Amino acid sequence: MNVQTFNARVATPTTRLVGAMAIASMAWVVLGGLFVTPKDVDQGDAVRIMYVHVPTAWVAYLAFIVTAVASACWLLSRKHSMGFDRVAGASAEVGVIFMAMTLLSGSLWGRITWGAFWAWDPRLTTTAFLLVTYIGYLAVRGLGGSLEQRARRSAVIALLAVLEIPLVHFSVLLWRSLHQNASVLSGDGDIKMDGSMLTTLLVGVIGFTCTFAWLVMHRQRVLAMQDAMEMTQLDAALRERANESSRLK
Amino acid sequence: MSTVVDFRDAVVVFNGFPALAEASIEVQQGEIVLLQGPNGAGKTTLLRACAGLLPIVRGEASVLGVDLCVDRQSVRPRVGLLGHANGLFADLTIGENVLFWAQMVGASNVEVAATLQRFGIDGRLSQQKVMQLSAGQKRRCALACLVVRRAELWLLDEPHAGLDASARDEIDAIIREACAAGATVLIASHELERARGLATRSVSVVAGRVVS
Amino acid sequence: MSTQLSLGRVARAVAAKDLRIEMRSRVVINQVFPFAGLVMVMFAFALDNDDVLTRVAGGLVWLATLFSLIIIIQRSFAVDTADGALEAQRVAGLDPAGIFIGKALAVMMQLVTLEVVLFLAAIVLYRVQLQSDGVVLLVTCVISATAGLSFVGTLYGGLTAGARGRETLLPLLMLPVVAPVLIGATRATESAFMSGGAAVSDGWPWVGVLVVFAAVFGLGGILSFGSLIEE
Repeated sequence: MNVQTFNARVATPTTRLVGAMAIASMAWVVLGGLFVTPKDVDQGDAVRIMYVHVPTAWVAYLAFIVTAVASACWLLSRKHSMGFDRVAGASAEVGVIFMAMTLLSGSLWGRITWGAFWAWDPRLTTTAFLLVTYIGYLAVRGLGGSLEQRARRSAVIALLAVLEIPLVHFSVLLWRSLHQNASVLSGDGDIKMDGSMLTTLLVGVIGFTCTFAWLVMHRQRVLAMQDAMEMTQLDAALRERANESSRLK
Repeated sequence: MSTVVDFRDAVVVFNGFPALAEASIEVQQGEIVLLQGPNGAGKTTLLRACAGLLPIVRGEASVLGVDLCVDRQSVRPRVGLLGHANGLFADLTIGENVLFWAQMVGASNVEVAATLQRFGIDGRLSQQKVMQLSAGQKRRCALACLVVRRAELWLLDEPHAGLDASARDEIDAIIREACAAGATVLIASHELERARGLATRSVSVVAGRVVS
Repeated sequence: MSTQLSLGRVARAVAAKDLRIEMRSRVVINQVFPFAGLVMVMFAFALDNDDVLTRVAGGLVWLATLFSLIIIIQRSFAVDTADGALEAQRVAGLDPAGIFIGKALAVMMQLVTLEVVLFLAAIVLYRVQLQSDGVVLLVTCVISATAGLSFVGTLYGGLTAGARGRETLLPLLMLPVVAPVLIGATRATESAFMSGGAAVSDGWPWVGVLVVFAAVFGLGGILSFGSLIEE
């Protein structure tokens, strides 16, 4: 097996393009979110948290979908290409960060608008469980063993999580619906959005998605380099053992 | 006579280290092959790889006609590995341990009783919990489990370690008997004098390679 | 020539082996049962209110069960890894699905026994009352919830068996997954006890959730257990 060689350059044209798009759209979100868009009638300036909260939540869920799909691809592909495993791992790492940001920005927003950091809402609860589940997924990736063992175990765990999350969501949904206090998130607390707000939110989603893609591309590249380095070290170790055995003979 | 173990330039990685570095070995049916060599040379890894436990990273390896690079599962029921651990359940008696493995292959109670008797662990002894036994009795019990499983290839890692002289003689007799019954045996051992008398052939494992 | 080992035979032998080891060593009876009882008493100290205790009794029983599940699973795999017997089972090529079903069955038997004791404790300590029409619901709920817990426990127990830091990793992986069982079994039990004015009929949708959960993870375990314990 040949050891892959890597350019000393850090970026490829694709990552440059995605990175530039991320920076441009993030600048737009900062300007639009903080200055251009109006205050909300009910929530005032607090509504501006939305431009971070909604895109991070979207990216977190996207990240876990990517992890699940990449894991399924690894299990189903005949060659068991390690590329799928690295994308799954990179995406889960970035997803955990974004999910933590979602919960943080959400609880701050909740404190301002509902007066509480937390509500036992199905969506919130599911999100929190998703975070813990993927922290566990990353712990499984860190268990050690061969690359193939890591890929196989973590792929199974990622797919089990796909089974688990709907069950958690549904049971919390059923649980809360039995109680009198309906969800805080549903009902008529909806924000009236004008054109500039919608546009800013949309650009925010694009910007955060580009950031996610940029991070995952680089992260999986670093992981690929780590794996390649292990292969190089293996070659060196093999040469060393060959010398050792001829010396001992 | 058929080839039971056939490794060609096989590389097996254990914790990022090439424990088996382009090792080649060929073993025919009915042989008792002694693997000698210093600690860390790769003897244990070679035995575990033969049992289909470890992935072959590079090179070729086949055991009992099964290509281990493609399929590490189907060879396992036909192979018996006795490592540093005995693989016994400490809270069960000798009889129950042997019976557990016998159930798996559908061996009859008569067969189990005969095996226990042959290994000198029948009668009152077979009613004892494994945790109350001596090291030699545990080893014999572990070997009895291999026998009732009807393993075709025996992979023994330091089978004499920690045993007194009479227990070692008993182990040797068991191995010879299994070999006469058609099994192939690979033994890793530091007891060179003893193992040489037992083995039909001996090879050295040096720095992850097999040297004849 | 070895015969092919059938799944049912492996499962039966593994379950019988695990239960026999428990009957001999009595670790679960002598240590886990008293632990669970202690947890029930501690809840009473913490909540310090008879009415509240009666109201939340169902949840407390299931929480005590979850804590005990962690210990029972760790014990169940410790007997296999202590002397390399799990590896011996892998080398022998035993069907991993059979090992999974066998171990899950043994865990199920131990858990059901524990739950019966805990429910009796709840009746004595927390003064809950069980009407005759709640009995069927409670029994169905206990069986389906226990099946789900055993499957998930065995699945993640196999994954962490022999790994570094398994004592802490097992709860981290397992507890989020069994959250639906905690919610569902608690609500169904509360309906069976008719605590807080709940009707017995309210509990049946929850039993449905528990059955789906058990089916999903039972199937998941059968399909994936081999991949999880393999090197």
